[in-house]
Amino acid sequence: MLEDFFARALVAGIGLALVTGPLGCFIVWRRMSYFGDTMAHSALLGVALSFLFQINMTLGVFLVATAVAGALLLLQRRNALSTDALLGILSHSTLAIGLVLVAFMTWIRVDLMGFLFGDILAVSAGDIALIYAGGAAILIVLVLVWRPLLAATVNAELAEAEGLRPEVTKALLMLLLASVIAIAMKIVGVLLITSLLIIPAATARRLSATPEQMALVAAGIGAVGVAGGLFGSLRYDTPSGPSIVVAAMGLFLLSLLIPSQLFVAKRRESP
Amino acid sequence: MDVPLRQTLVEIADAGVRRGGKWLVEGIDLTIRSGEIVTLIGPNGSGKSTTAKLVTGVLKPDAGSVNRRAGLTVGYVPQRLAIDWTLPLTVRRLMTLTGRFGRHEIERVLAQVGITHLIDAEVQHLSGGEFQRALMARAIIRKPDLLVLDEPVQGVDFSGEVALYDLIGQIRDEIGCGVLLISHDLHVVMAATDTVICLNGHVCCRGTPESVARSPEYLSLFGARAAKALAVYQHHHDHTHLPDGRVEEADGSIVSTHEHVHDHHGHAHGPSTRHDHA
Repeated sequence: MLEDFFARALVAGIGLALVTGPLGCFIVWRRMSYFGDTMAHSALLGVALSFLFQINMTLGVFLVATAVAGALLLLQRRNALSTDALLGILSHSTLAIGLVLVAFMTWIRVDLMGFLFGDILAVSAGDIALIYAGGAAILIVLVLVWRPLLAATVNAELAEAEGLRPEVTKALLMLLLASVIAIAMKIVGVLLITSLLIIPAATARRLSATPEQMALVAAGIGAVGVAGGLFGSLRYDTPSGPSIVVAAMGLFLLSLLIPSQLFVAKRRESP
Repeated sequence: MDVPLRQTLVEIADAGVRRGGKWLVEGIDLTIRSGEIVTLIGPNGSGKSTTAKLVTGVLKPDAGSVNRRAGLTVGYVPQRLAIDWTLPLTVRRLMTLTGRFGRHEIERVLAQVGITHLIDAEVQHLSGGEFQRALMARAIIRKPDLLVLDEPVQGVDFSGEVALYDLIGQIRDEIGCGVLLISHDLHVVMAATDTVICLNGHVCCRGTPESVARSPEYLSLFGARAAKALAVYQHHHDHTHLPDGRVEEADGSIVSTHEHVHDHHGHAHGPSTRHDHA
């Protein structure tokens, strides 16, 4: 028999992986992994500000992550610093400001490790409800904007010329990313969210012939990674968040052993 | 023989686009009718892309007017398209990038551009010429009224270039769409082009490829050397254009472009699109 807390962790983690897999594909395709990482790091600032203004933490994280994404898009247009440098600045400064603010608020005790690496074993039924309701909403929006988002990912100019709105879909992708970060932060923590976005998607690449397949495979691989990591952490008494990332990483390494011709399309079809 | 009535697809009158207090382009006059091929040439930064964006409706003019036929469908072939390896994309899937199309439609357009056998190939594995053909198939599957091609022969070798220009003319004949070609590659301008518009922030000169190549504005913009390289490619395959601009006739003799005589065959070009400026 599984303990209750463990079953809850499993259900929550798998629910999260089903969302981060497909969304993570876009992060990988658009080469936004550092961008996603920066938004995730800003979540700690979101936590601090939520304490300060006594608002819902998920909402606070979502707002700060969205604000950081918006600030980044604005700074990019000024062409002063490279995107790479801007990301480095925003990523670490938001994380640091968050830590400093938390230190100032002496009246609250914050489990920093919990926010940095997550505390999946402590999820409540309410958290699970949030993950599945929020996750379903994110996936529905993703399915609805899938074609224009993919077209804009392949080539924004092309999408624009043929009457789509790549700027709008890009903004939507940011909002979806901010939402998933807000939901995931409590589960895997600020520092490990990006790994759940990127590792399953990267693993799925060698097993997929179309973008849609890759999204589904990534969701499945993420779920397997979560389950593997949790059982591993139970068996070896290791921290659960990092164990999930290690399990996902193991699946990625395994995928490298698969010959790439097995699943991906052939160069030519024989006539 | 009379050509069928040509509809005006896009009409741009004295249009300009202003960004940050500077005019990217101004005084652009341009008309594209169905079945007509218009080529924009000009150096980098001369406003070719800006003008194309006025045509596709992506940019609104800050001066002048742009009239696009209501419900105009645009097929677009982008300039550079580097598809990340992480994105698994077959030629088949590429066809439905911006719309839903059935198997028969996909097979039909691939046959039209001659790459039916590549339907299940990953786009990252295609050669430059095959990829351009796939992109053209993707653009025409929408049955566009207007096909916009931004530097369609980039990354394609010379004989491939000629074949692609042939294909563009063929597509125009088959689906009767208007075509806007953007090129900074002055070496080959297809003779099927009805109008060449030479841009440098404004319209320098316009006309048939031959008349533009001889115009003083073109010569001052690109220099006499570039003008010499302006080879006008013909549909007649009785000669080959060499990379240096000279021409090898069918009998093996090599002549320079100036001596080489281009004979137009029965190719109705419709009404002149020349705009005369006072």
